[in-house]
Amino acid sequence: MSDVPIGVVRFPGTNCDQDVFDAVAATEGARPVWLWHKETALEGVRGIVLAGGFAYGDYLRAGAIARFSPIMERVIWFAESGGPVLGICNGFQILTEAGLLPGALMRNAGQAFVCREQWLRVDSVETPFTRHYDSGQLVRFTVAHGEGNYVADDETLDRLEEEGRIVFRYVDENGDITPGANPNGSARNIAGIASVRRNVLGLMPHPDRAMSLLVGSEDGCGVFRGLVEAAA
Amino acid sequence: MTARVEVFVQLKEGMLDPQGKTLEHALEALGYTGIEDVRVGKWITFVVADGGREAIERQVDEMCRRLLANTVIERYSFELEEDGS
Repeated sequence: MSDVPIGVVRFPGTNCDQDVFDAVAATEGARPVWLWHKETALEGVRGIVLAGGFAYGDYLRAGAIARFSPIMERVIWFAESGGPVLGICNGFQILTEAGLLPGALMRNAGQAFVCREQWLRVDSVETPFTRHYDSGQLVRFTVAHGEGNYVADDETLDRLEEEGRIVFRYVDENGDITPGANPNGSARNIAGIASVRRNVLGLMPHPDRAMSLLVGSEDGCGVFRGLVEAAA
Repeated sequence: MTARVEVFVQLKEGMLDPQGKTLEHALEALGYTGIEDVRVGKWITFVVADGGREAIERQVDEMCRRLLANTVIERYSFELEEDGS
């Protein structure tokens, strides 16, 4: 069986593209494919990752310009057709700007850029990206962002909760939701959410930086395994 | 008609504005007293050619909703000044 092609989108200013490319390449059965932001075809990819960084310099708002780039028209079409799309960090911001995920990501409540190891709790395993985790499992990813404060109106937050679409939450080492464990002020400690159909996942922390014990954690491998299986 | 457009974008009321908060503290540190509710927004200007006032207003409103503001977290307003030339 030939390897499943997974697209890694590059905008000017994306800077985690190589990490994501390597994460996909390290996942069994997958073959990463670069997708340049000006492209209008998806080159036959079966899954797509929007990597972290500062697409278009975060001008206006993080993700606001990227959202209207030529490739995004195809990404939106792909997501709406049910194809698996993973947005990490800046990729999550782009997905909310594109309307593929609800809410918005604002400046961190503490104003500072936060870069640290972070405990997360997997609160939904009902997505292709988290099916390899146990419900309530604690994982350790890196966060590195200045605008990760997730906001949405109460009605949207309630709906996300009821529908089990809050996939990752910031927690302390005991798995408890505390203000101290929240790096950016996100509503209800939300770190990652999924679309209604569960084929789109956006999260601020970096599974792509948790692919090997050499760098402290391999907890991110399951996200990429799930993505590749959903794409196959 | 040519019009000069000024668009103002600000976080909605009730949204925490950490940048504004930081400025507020900085102003207090400089000795200014009685400072409250500092908010930081964006001011975007451009010139639009063609179309009557109504058409331009409709277009600018659409620009705000689609790109210039994120209405999940921001509110916007704009002003038109006709050049008349």
